[in-house]
Amino acid sequence: MQLLQSVLTRLFTTLITLIGVAVIVFFVIRVVPGTPIAMMLPPGATEDDVARLTALYGLDKSIPQQFLIWLSGTLHGDFGTSITTRQPVLALVLSRLPATLELSIMALVIATAIGGFMALTGTRLRGTKTEAAIDISNGMALSVPDFLWGLILILGFGVLIPIFHISGRISPSLDLPFTSNFYLFESVLRLRFDLWADIVAHMFMPALALAIPLAAIIGQLLKQSLKETMHLDYVTLARTKGYGENHVILHEALPNAILPTLTLVGVQFTFLIGGTVIIERLFSYEGLGNMAIDAVINRDLPLIQGIVILFAVIFTAVNLLVDLCYAALNPRLRHA
Amino acid sequence: MKLNRRALLQLSAAGVSLAAFGLPARAQAIDELVIAYNVNLPAWDPTTGPSAVNPTIQGLYQAVFDQYILQQPDLKPAPGLLTEWGWNDDRTQVWMTVREGVTWHDGSPFTAEDVAWSLARVADPATGSPIQFVWGTLQNHRVEGNKVIADVKQFDPTIFKWMYFLTGYVLPKAYFEKVGAEGFEAAPIGTGPYMVEKFERNAFVRLKANANYWGGKPDFDTVTIKFVTDAAARVAEIESGNAHVTLEIPYEEYDRLKATLTGTAAPVSDIGMIFLNDIEVMTDPNVRKAAAYAIDKQTIIDRLLSGYGVPIDTLETPQYDAYDAGIKVGYNPEKAVELLAASGYSVDNPVKFKIQTTKGFKPKDYEMVQAIVGLWRKVGIEAEIEVYEIAKHYELRAADQLAPAAFYNWGNSVGDPTTSTGFAMYGPSPHSVWDGQDVIDMINPLWGEPDEAKRIDGWKKVDAHIAENALVIPLLQYVQPILSAPGVVVTPHASGALLPQLMKRA
Repeated sequence: MQLLQSVLTRLFTTLITLIGVAVIVFFVIRVVPGTPIAMMLPPGATEDDVARLTALYGLDKSIPQQFLIWLSGTLHGDFGTSITTRQPVLALVLSRLPATLELSIMALVIATAIGGFMALTGTRLRGTKTEAAIDISNGMALSVPDFLWGLILILGFGVLIPIFHISGRISPSLDLPFTSNFYLFESVLRLRFDLWADIVAHMFMPALALAIPLAAIIGQLLKQSLKETMHLDYVTLARTKGYGENHVILHEALPNAILPTLTLVGVQFTFLIGGTVIIERLFSYEGLGNMAIDAVINRDLPLIQGIVILFAVIFTAVNLLVDLCYAALNPRLRHA
Repeated sequence: MKLNRRALLQLSAAGVSLAAFGLPARAQAIDELVIAYNVNLPAWDPTTGPSAVNPTIQGLYQAVFDQYILQQPDLKPAPGLLTEWGWNDDRTQVWMTVREGVTWHDGSPFTAEDVAWSLARVADPATGSPIQFVWGTLQNHRVEGNKVIADVKQFDPTIFKWMYFLTGYVLPKAYFEKVGAEGFEAAPIGTGPYMVEKFERNAFVRLKANANYWGGKPDFDTVTIKFVTDAAARVAEIESGNAHVTLEIPYEEYDRLKATLTGTAAPVSDIGMIFLNDIEVMTDPNVRKAAAYAIDKQTIIDRLLSGYGVPIDTLETPQYDAYDAGIKVGYNPEKAVELLAASGYSVDNPVKFKIQTTKGFKPKDYEMVQAIVGLWRKVGIEAEIEVYEIAKHYELRAADQLAPAAFYNWGNSVGDPTTSTGFAMYGPSPHSVWDGQDVIDMINPLWGEPDEAKRIDGWKKVDAHIAENALVIPLLQYVQPILSAPGVVVTPHASGALLPQLMKRA
C-alpha cells in the first residue's frame, strides 16, 4: 500500500515536472535571439511581408496567448506543426524516437559489457600490471569526449579499415519490410539477419562512441564496489570453503556489488540519450538528436518544444523507473 | 596476452565476421551514384516555408522539379519548361510559351494550366510563399493554348529572373489538388530529371532517373544523396569510397584529397562581406574608408582559405549582370592611416567599434574577422569581436540593430543587381543595414526601369557610389570545393547548386 502511495506521489511530481519543463521551454525559446520568420525572409522582403509571415505562423500573438493555444493543442494531443518540415510535430518526434532509443540501448549494452568486463578483470587481477592498465584506459576513456571518440572511430573503422558505415541508419538501397521504426528489433523478430547486420554495421560506431565514456564509469564503480565487497566476511568465508577466485567474484561478490552500478546505469542512460544529439549529428544518424540540431538552427519553435518535452518525458520516466526498482529491491525503502 | 595460434585464429574469425556484416560497398564501376551532401532537406515543397528560400538546398529541388526557366551553369537563362517569355509592348502583361511533350513523374501530361496555377498559387498570400511580394506583382493568370498570360499589377523588370531563382518552380496542379500539401510532402512529383524513389528525412533521398525527361535522360540511373552535415564525416565518406561525390569540405582536406580524387573548385554566387551600420563612428566617412583600405583581401584568401576565393570590391561578382571591373578599392594601409589621422585617430588613439561575426557558419569566418581586426589595429582601428549565431544576425539585421560592423555572406544565384546591391543596400529593405538617403535616391528609379541597359548601368553607378564612400566592405567571392571519385565528372554550377543531372560518367 505504501509502495502504491509512493508510486502515485512520484507520478504526480513527474507530471508537475513535465508541466514546469513545458512552461520553461516555451518561454525560453521565445526569448533567445533569432526568430523563424527572420530565418525565412528572402532578400527584398518588406515590412508587410514580415507581418504576413508572422501572422501566418501565429507569432503575431502575445507569448501568453501563444502558450495557451499551444497548451490547449497539446492537451488534445496536437503538439503543433513543424515550421520547416510542415509535418505534425508529434508524428515527427515519435517517428525518430525509436532510432534514438535503439542507439542508446545498444550503447548501454556495449558500455555495460565493456565496463563489466574491465571491472571483473581488474578485480580478478588486482595488484597486477593488468589492473594498472585497466585504470589507465578507464582514465583515457573518461577524459576524451564522446564526439572525439566518434571521430577516432570514423578514421579508424570508416576510412583506414573500412568495416563499418560512416553515416546513416541503414543502406538506402535496401527494401525495408518494417511496420515500425524499431528497425533493429523488428529485423530480429522477422528473422531478417541481412537487414540486422546492415543496421548494426551502421549503428556500431555511434553506439561505441557513446558507450566508451560510460563503460569507463561503469568499470570504475563496479571495480570499486567489488573491491569493497571482496573484504567482507561472507566472501572470506566463501574462500575458506575452498571456492576458487572466479567463483567467489562472480557468485559471491558480484550480486551484492552490482546494485549501486545498476542504479548508476539507470541514471546514466538519461545522460546517454542526451549525448546522442552530437553523436547522431556526427554520424548523420536519423534520430531525435539530429533532428533537434536542425530544429534549433532553423528556430523551428514547435519542433524544439516537442523534442524537449519528449526528452523530458524519457528522463522522468527512466528516473521514475530507477526509483521504483530501487524501492522494490531495497527492503528498507520498500517498508519505509 | 600471449598471441598463440588459438588466439590468432579467434582474432581472425572475429575480423572476418565483422567484415562480413559490416563492409560497406566500395564502388568499382559506379552503378549507383552516391553523393554526400552537406545539408538536410527539411521539406519537399520548393515554393513555401523556410526551405524554399534556403539557397543550400536548391540543388536537391532542381534534381526533382523544373524551374519555369532553366538556369545554365554560368547563371545565364535558357529555355526550360518555358521556351519563350516576355512582356507586351506597354508592359501591362507578361506572356510565356509552355514546352510541349513534357510529362510529370506520374506519367500525366504537363500543361500550361500547371504553369498558370503554380504562378497564381504563390501569388496568393494565403499560400505562405516567402517570395509572394514578387509573385504578387502578376495577377489574372490565364491560359491561351500553350501560352500563359498574366496581367502586370506592378512592373518588376526582374520577374523572369525570379523564374529561375528561389521558389521559381512549377508544381503539378492536378496531383497537388488531389493529394494536398501533406500528400505531396509524402510523395512529391515534378518534371525534373530525377524522380524521388525513397526519402528518409535527415538521412537520405534515393532518386531514379526520369527516362522521359525533356532534356534527355541523366547519365546515372540511380542517385543516392546522403545528408552528411558534418564536414569531417563527408571527408571520411569520400575518402573511404562510401560516397562518389561530396562538397563543402575544408580547403586543407580538399588540397590533400585532390591528389587521389578529382577536385573541382570554382567560384560560386556567394560572397563574404562586412555590413557597415550608419551608427556611432561609422557615420564618419574617413573611418569607413580607412577600414576598407586597411584590409588585404588577397593575403587573407591566400593564408586562410588556401587561395580559394576571389577578392571583390563591390557586391557584384564577375558573373553578375552589373559587375564593373573598373571599380576598385585596393589595399592601401598608408591611405588608411592618413584618413584616420584626418579624423583625429592614430595607433595610439585608435577609433573603437564592435564587429559581429559568426563562427563556423562559413569557412574561416571568425578567423577572417580576427585577421581583419589585426590589420585594422596596425592603422589605428581597435575593433572588439562579438560572436553570434546566424539566427541572431538575421534578427538584428531585420531590426536594424547590428553593430557598426558585421560580417555576413550574401548569395545571389540569379546574378541580378537588385538581389545583391539592391536588397543589401536599399535602406527601407529589412535586409539593408546602411540607411543613407543618397543611396535610396539612386536606387529608387531602378526598381521599375524598363530599359535593361539603362537599368544595369544605373546599378553600376550605385555600386561605384557605394565603393567610393565605403558604405559596405565587400571581401571575397567564395569558391566551392567539390571532390569526386574517378569515374564521375562533375560540372559545377555557379549558383552553388550541386546537380546530379550535371554529373557524367568519365
